Amino acid sequence: MKKTSLLIAGLVAAPATSASAGTISITIPRLNVAEYHRPYVAAWVEPAGGGAAQTIFVWYDVKLQGREPGTKWLSDLRSWWRKGGRSLKLPADGVSSATRAPGTHKIALPASIKPGQYTLYVEAARETGGREIVSMPLAIPAKGGSVSGKSELGAITISAR
Amino acid sequence: MRIKTALLAAAAIIAAATPATAHRQWLLPSGTIFSGEGPWVTVDAASSNDLFYADHNAMRLDNVKAWRPDGTEAELKNAATGRYRSVFDVQLDQPGTWRIGSTQSGVMGTFKVDGVEWRLGPARGPAANAPNRVATVAEIPTNATDLAITETGGRNEFFATLGAPSAIKPLGQGLEMVPVTHPAELVQGESAQLRFLVDGQPAADLKVTLVPGGKRYRDSEGVFEVTTDADGVATVNWPMPGMIWLNASLRDDKPTTPRATQRRLSYTATLEVMAP
Repeated sequence: MKKTSLLIAGLVAAPATSASAGTISITIPRLNVAEYHRPYVAAWVEPAGGGAAQTIFVWYDVKLQGREPGTKWLSDLRSWWRKGGRSLKLPADGVSSATRAPGTHKIALPASIKPGQYTLYVEAARETGGREIVSMPLAIPAKGGSVSGKSELGAITISAR
Repeated sequence: MRIKTALLAAAAIIAAATPATAHRQWLLPSGTIFSGEGPWVTVDAASSNDLFYADHNAMRLDNVKAWRPDGTEAELKNAATGRYRSVFDVQLDQPGTWRIGSTQSGVMGTFKVDGVEWRLGPARGPAANAPNRVATVAEIPTNATDLAITETGGRNEFFATLGAPSAIKPLGQGLEMVPVTHPAELVQGESAQLRFLVDGQPAADLKVTLVPGGKRYRDSEGVFEVTTDADGVATVNWPMPGMIWLNASLRDDKPTTPRATQRRLSYTATLEVMAP
């Protein structure tokens, strides 16, 4: 069973290699705090000339159900929530997934993003912790670039492949 | 003596008619933007000078109601009234924008019967023990003269949004705010437009007072005013994020109550301004 879900995860991740839009890598910093919870993180792009935001991913506590489901704190990603999170039906295939541990994570930019100039936003909010948003220009097809957060996010880089 | 009595009566009427100038009535929700399934909003309701500190009187919850985005009424849960504040909960069981708050209406004033002054007013408040008092307009004798009857109407509310916001429809009655910038879109650094209507028509040149909460932790009260344009639209630039108390009132001579001579309307809202 576990193997199956891993296979499914593999299938979901598969477009990463086939899509040529590019890859972003996001570092979640390791924090030395008494009570650590993995952050909720969302990334989205907005056309440079204005227009609708497109969510690339949102990581939240997808497993937590019951009286206080993991979706309860999605609005803590306050910018993402306003820009599009609140109209997204969750769970969303290929977009939403579980929170991730500190470290660097590579995410393929979806092939559905049309070529053009965008701004990439990454926002993180952590239970009993802080919240941070960083942004950088993004060209599709991706060329490159990097930016770094100060507290809740580490280095964020864009690469062509 | 006669003048003195009249002045006292006038003072009593003014006192009864403008309770908001003494203490601000406020609703303080635990939040206004919600995600998840059926989250709850819990609300403090009180009146006090400083916002939002419950240190004077609890608000009566008799007239407080919650309306779902589709206009149906939802139940207030766990309502209780303490010394300084009332509390209640509402479970947001429908996505969209909820309207939660209270409405107030009344009539008060004076009239004369055979040259003797009478009061119209409720059995509580300054006029309660007046010797010549009636409680309702219907009790005013037909031969009454010198009618000075004021109709009052007030609304005090906040908007809570679960998921994507839905449109806030005008009610078309009394003084109301119909946001142009949705209450779920208020962010420091972005100006917001709020439209005010009287009986569904633009309330032009209306002075709107805004008071940010948290006065105890700064020196200035932080109160500021904006004025509506010809379309009833006020543009607001938020000085800080947080809960903010908004109030506007006006007087006109278009009462809906028979025999009333003028009308005083007030509107109060609590808005949540997010940090950018």
